[in-house]
Amino acid sequence: MPADFISNLYVFILAGFVGFGLIKRVSPLLHTPLMSLTNALDAIAVAASFSNMVGGFLITDRMIRMFKSGKAKKS
Amino acid sequence: MNAAAIQQYLDFAYILAVVLFILALKWLSSPVSARRGVLAGEVAAGLAVVATLCNPELVAYKWIVIALIIGAGIGIPLGMVKITAVPQRTALSHAFGALSAAMIGIAEYYVGLGHISRFEMGEIGMEVIIGSLTFTGSLIAAGKLQELLPQRPIVYKGQNIVSFSVFGAAIGLATALVVHPEHAVLFPIMVIVALVFGMLLVTPIGGADMPTVISLLNSYAGFSAALLGFVLNSKVLIVAGALDGSSGFILSVIMCKAMNRSFSNVLFGAFGTIQTSVTETKERPVRSASAEEAAEILDAARKVVIVPGYGMAVAQAQHKLRELHDVLTKRGIDVSFAIHPVAGRMPGHMNVLLAEADVPYDRLIEMDEINPEFPRTDVVLVVGANDVVNPAARLDKNSPIAGMPILNASEAQTVMVIKRSMSPGFAGIDNELYYLDKTLMLFGDAKTFVTGIVKELNAVAAGS
Repeated sequence: MPADFISNLYVFILAGFVGFGLIKRVSPLLHTPLMSLTNALDAIAVAASFSNMVGGFLITDRMIRMFKSGKAKKS
Repeated sequence: MNAAAIQQYLDFAYILAVVLFILALKWLSSPVSARRGVLAGEVAAGLAVVATLCNPELVAYKWIVIALIIGAGIGIPLGMVKITAVPQRTALSHAFGALSAAMIGIAEYYVGLGHISRFEMGEIGMEVIIGSLTFTGSLIAAGKLQELLPQRPIVYKGQNIVSFSVFGAAIGLATALVVHPEHAVLFPIMVIVALVFGMLLVTPIGGADMPTVISLLNSYAGFSAALLGFVLNSKVLIVAGALDGSSGFILSVIMCKAMNRSFSNVLFGAFGTIQTSVTETKERPVRSASAEEAAEILDAARKVVIVPGYGMAVAQAQHKLRELHDVLTKRGIDVSFAIHPVAGRMPGHMNVLLAEADVPYDRLIEMDEINPEFPRTDVVLVVGANDVVNPAARLDKNSPIAGMPILNASEAQTVMVIKRSMSPGFAGIDNELYYLDKTLMLFGDAKTFVTGIVKELNAVAAGS
C-alpha cells in the first residue's frame, strides 16, 4: 500500500461528509445548477476536461442569473 | 527557488482551492448567494489549474496548451446552449468528465507498465471501469434526451442477465489484472467490456427515469474523478471528486424517494414493461373546455396553482405560462407553481426553465410545501404533467406508481389539465384525475392553449 493512501483516504472521507452536509442544504430550486457546478469542479483533473470547466461555469452562471425574486423585480 | 519550495507553495494553492470549492457549494444553498458560489468555484478551479501548470515536473507544455484550446473550443459552445437543452448538455459533460478520467487512468497504466504494484492496479482498474461505463452510459443518456435515440425503455428478455454478465466480466478482468498487472493484453479488453456495460446499463431506461439516471451518472463521474485523485495522489482532485460524487448521490436518493423506487428498481426495474399489464382501456367520458371557458374560470379564482411537467418543456410553454402568471397576478389572483422533484428530465429542470422565463423563484413551490395548500386552491392548472398528479399513487395499491409522493392536485376546487390527447403518460397508467367531476380537460398544445387563455384574459381586462 502506498504511503499516501491513508492520508488520501482521510481526505476523501472527510470531503464526502462535508459534501453530504453542504449539498443536503442546497435548495431544490438550484439542483440543476448544482449539478453543472460540481461537474465543472471535478474537471480540474486535467487540461483535457477543460471543456467541462469552461462550459460548466458558463452555464451555471447563466442559470443562476435567471433566478430572480419577486421583490427584487419590483424594486 | 528550489523544487521542494515551489511544491509547498503549490500545495497551499491547492488547499485554498479546496476551501473555495466548499464555500462554492455552501453559497449555492440559496439563489441569493448562488452567484457568489459560482465565482468561488471559478476562482478555485482557476487556482488549481494554474498551480498544476506551475508544477516544475511538468514538461509537455505544448500539449497542454493544445488540450486547453480544444477543451475551451468544446466547452464554450457547451456553456452557451439553450436552457432547454440543459439536460442533454449535462449528460454530455458527465461523458467528457468520465472520458478524461478513464483516459488518464489508461495512460497511468501504460506509463507504469512493468513496475505497477497490485494495489495501484486495483485503483486504476476501478477508476477506468467506472470512468468507461459512465462515458458510454452518459452518451446514451444524452442521445435519449436529445431524442437521437428513442426515449422509451428498450428492453428484451434476459436483459439483466446479459448486463450483469458483462459487468461481471469487467470485474473479472480487473481482478485478473490485479493478480498479474503485467498481462497487458487484458487491459484493453477490460476497457471495452466496461464501455459496453455502460451502454447496456442506460439503454433500457426510459425518459421519465432520466432525473435519477443523470444524478447517478453524475455521482459515478465524481467518484471516478476521486479515484483518479488516489491514482495521481492529488488531494485536490480527491476533494473535488468526493464533492461531485456525494452531490450526485444525494440527488439520486432524492429522485428515487420522489418516485418511491429503489436504485435497483430504476436501473434494472420493469417500469417500461408494466404497460402490458394495464388491462382496462375502456373509453370513459371526460369534460372538456375551451380557452375562453378556462379563462373565465381562472378569472373567477382567488388562488391558482400551476403544475408544470415535461410536456411544458416539450411545448416550450414556460414563457406563455409566465405571461399567464403576470396577467393573473395583476388581477389580484395568487398564482404559484407546484414543482415535483422528478418533473422533467433532470433534477431542478422545471425551476431552471421557469426561471429563464422570468418567473420569480419565490413563486416556485416544492411539493411538501404546496401540498397542504391544495384544499384552499380554487384552480389547479396542470400543464404537461401526468404521473406526478395521479391519485392512483395514493389510492391504488396495485398501481405501478403506488406510494409515489404526488402533488395532491385533486384536492383543489377545480382542476384543469392541458393535454394533447387522452393517451396515458410514461408509466402507461390511466389517470383518475382526468375523470373527476371537477376536472376539465383542455385538449391541445400547451403553448397554443395558454396563449389562448392569456388572450381571453386580456380581452376581458380591456372590456371591463
